[in-house]
Parts: sequence; C-alpha cells; structure tokens
Amino acid sequence: MSFQVIMTQLLSGLGRSIEIFLLTLLFSLPLGLLVAFGRMSRNRVVRGLVWVYISIMRGTPLMLQLLAVYFGPFYIAGMKLGSMWRFTAIIIAFSVNYAAYFAEIYRSGIESMPPGQYEAARILGYSKTSTFFRIIFPQVVKRILPSVTNEVITLVKDTSLAFSLAYAEMFTIAKQIAAKETSFMPFLAAALFYYIFNAIVAFGMERIEKAMDYYT
Amino acid sequence: MAILEMNHIRKAFGDLEVIRDISLKVDKGEVLSIIGPSGSGKSTMLRCATMLETIDSGEIRYLGERVAWAEPGGEKVYPKGDKLRQVCSCFGLVFQNFNLFPHYSVLKNITDPMVHNQKRPKSEAVQEAMDLLARMGLEDKAGSYPCQLSGGQSQRVAIARALALNPKILFFDEPTSALDPELTGEVLKVIRSLADLHIAMVIVTHEMNFAKGISDHVIFMDRGVVEVEGTPEEVFEADHERMQSFLGRLEH
Repeated sequence: MSFQVIMTQLLSGLGRSIEIFLLTLLFSLPLGLLVAFGRMSRNRVVRGLVWVYISIMRGTPLMLQLLAVYFGPFYIAGMKLGSMWRFTAIIIAFSVNYAAYFAEIYRSGIESMPPGQYEAARILGYSKTSTFFRIIFPQVVKRILPSVTNEVITLVKDTSLAFSLAYAEMFTIAKQIAAKETSFMPFLAAALFYYIFNAIVAFGMERIEKAMDYYT
Repeated sequence: MAILEMNHIRKAFGDLEVIRDISLKVDKGEVLSIIGPSGSGKSTMLRCATMLETIDSGEIRYLGERVAWAEPGGEKVYPKGDKLRQVCSCFGLVFQNFNLFPHYSVLKNITDPMVHNQKRPKSEAVQEAMDLLARMGLEDKAGSYPCQLSGGQSQRVAIARALALNPKILFFDEPTSALDPELTGEVLKVIRSLADLHIAMVIVTHEMNFAKGISDHVIFMDRGVVEVEGTPEEVFEADHERMQSFLGRLEH
C-alpha cells in the first residue's frame, strides 16, 4: 500500500472524525443548557432525575455508553435498526454524554453570576427570558469559555472511541492499516492529524476568548 | 395623590424582624431621606418598595393603586409577568454597587431597556441617552465599558439609566457608600440637580449633611422602627437620645 493511499484513507477517516466532532457540539451545547436548567429546577423530581442522569454520564465509561446506545435497542426491545443506526448511535451517545459535562459547566457559570445583575434587570423591566438571554447568558459564556475549551479539546480525542463500534473514523482506519501493513507509521500519522486538529480548535477558542476581552 | 404609599410594613428574615410596622408616603416632587445605623432596616425597606423582597404584612401602593399586599392569613399577593413590569415602570432604583451590565457599553446600558423593554425607537433612545449623559457630564464616555469607569462615573451612568425610563419615583440605596469622598461629591451633585427638577426620590444614605440639605422629609430608623420623622430641622434637632448618639453628638 503506497504512502499516498494510506494518507488518503486516513484523511477520509479524519473527515468522519470531524463529522462526529461537529455534530456532537451542535447537539450537546444546547442540550447541556437545557440539562443545566433541569439541574437547577425548583421541581425536586426534575432536579433529582437530572442529577441521576449526570452522575451516570460522568460515572461510567463513554465507550460503554456507546455500546449501550448501539446494542441496547436490540437487547432490550429486540429492535433491528438499519445500517444508518451505527452513526446515529454514535452521535446520540456522544451528545448525551457531553451534554452532562457542559450542563455542569453552564451551571457553575450561571450560579457565579452576582444577584445584582438579576435585580437590576428586573427593575429595568426585562422579562425573565430577556434577562437570561440578554444580560446573564452573554456574561456566563465569557466566564465558562476556558472550561468549555477543555471539553472541546477532549472531544476531539474522544471521537476515537467510535472505534469500539467499528465506525470508520480516523483511529479505526489507522488501526486497520497498521495491522495490515505491520507498521506503526499510520498511528504516528493519525497522532499528527489529531494534534493539528486540536491546535486549530485551541487557536479558534483563543480567538473567541480574545474577542470577549473588551470587558471584565 | 401620593406616588408611593407603604402601610404597616413588616418583614422578617427567619426569626429576625427587620421591619416592624413601618408606614411611609412620598408625594409628587417630594424627597424623602431614610437615615439610621447599619442593620436598622433602611435598605430592606427600599428592597420591599421595589419588590426585590416580599413583605410579610402590610400593603404597597403606587399612584393610589394597591400593587402588593399580604392577606391577614399571611398570603402574599404580588404582581407577576406583564403586570409586574408595568408596576416596575413606575420606579427606578440606583444600587450601592451600581449593577451596570458589564458586557454593554455605557450607551447601551442606557438605551437597551428603552428599546427592548419600552419599545421606543432606537434613534430616539440614543438621542435621549446622549442628553442624559451630557447632564451627568459623561458625554465622552458613551462608548466606554463599565470596567473603564471610576465608581463615581459608574454611579452617574446608573442614575442616567434609571432616569431614561421616566420613572415617577427614584430610589437610591446608599448611592455613595462604595465611593471615596471626592467621588461622593460628584454623585451627590447629580442627585441634588434631580431634586431641583422635582423628581420624587427616596434616598437611603449615611451622608447626613446631604440628607439635611436635600430632603423635604426625613425618617430616622433604628432596629426596624421609625424613631423620629419630620422635616430635616425637626429630625436633626430632635431631643431624641438614640438619634443624637447616632449623629455622634452625645458626650461619652
């Protein structure tokens, strides 16, 4: 197998890794906010259920969660799901897992806001929804950005866990080629690609942080 | 008709009774100062008036309309949603620590509530905000962010932000307590200029000379009750031991 063929295959795997990465962020970031609201809900039942959900997501391996989502429907309900299910299951498992982590980050940010901001907004006639989205949330985003960056960088590397469902993302492909060619080179190339991917992500996040530097 | 009436207000935090049966009234154009030692319930009274705290008994009226009260059984009746916002539009509140929105420029701090909550056209809001900033001597700060302002400047922006919504009455909760004497002066000057415009105000303050000079009516509170009230002359000259010792006039 030529160097070029190996690279082409790895890059197509990288494309799938990026797909998992972007879709997971797309779903888990808003879902995390919703979960954070549940975690802070005045309703004890909601708060309790969300607490259980977060503790399971954080307390068990993501790889196991991937297997559970993928095989669960068959073992529990005897459902046979089509060929698209593998990818869907990966996105569901990743999104639901990362939402739990993001929820705790959102919560810490929201709870760190001084009550005076809510009080001022109320006196100035902002509705509860406007208070949250115009006054509170923009400031929360600035506060939690460093923690979010951490999670996002972890996610880049975690996409390789889709290997456990034999999904052809970059790590799975690197492993296949390495086995076939009895060479360590594909792993090194994959490592380099992950590293560059993360360097770009970190650079982007830094730019966003800088863009919010105009106030303290 | 009184702009604000608070009748037989009681408020406790747990076992601690902070306000014990206080009534007060503010008429159009009237300036009321509330003085008294720390922990006497002055700020709590303002927070009850602005509905940031709920009262345990009594009633609150704005422009004659009863807006919040506690039923004899103890049930608290407070406006919600649109009704709450309508009531809130009657008054403005200036906080001790300003509570400006740090992510908005000075100009946007003032115009955003006008445009977003009062639905006024943006150009009109900007024009009025600039006029207000000029009155505060801050026209060159419109594009600055709160973190770039001194305490005195921040407080003047907060006053402009409250005024922009055309409240019927303005509350000040120790507006100069976070400021050094020099900055205190510039804020007091602004408040004094508002009194000259006959805007009704309730001011909780530790600046005795200021309270004496600006007020139509003064209330001296201690441990949750009104000990002395009347015109500034009546109150400051009153032969009342607790108050004279508060003013530091008693020999030790």
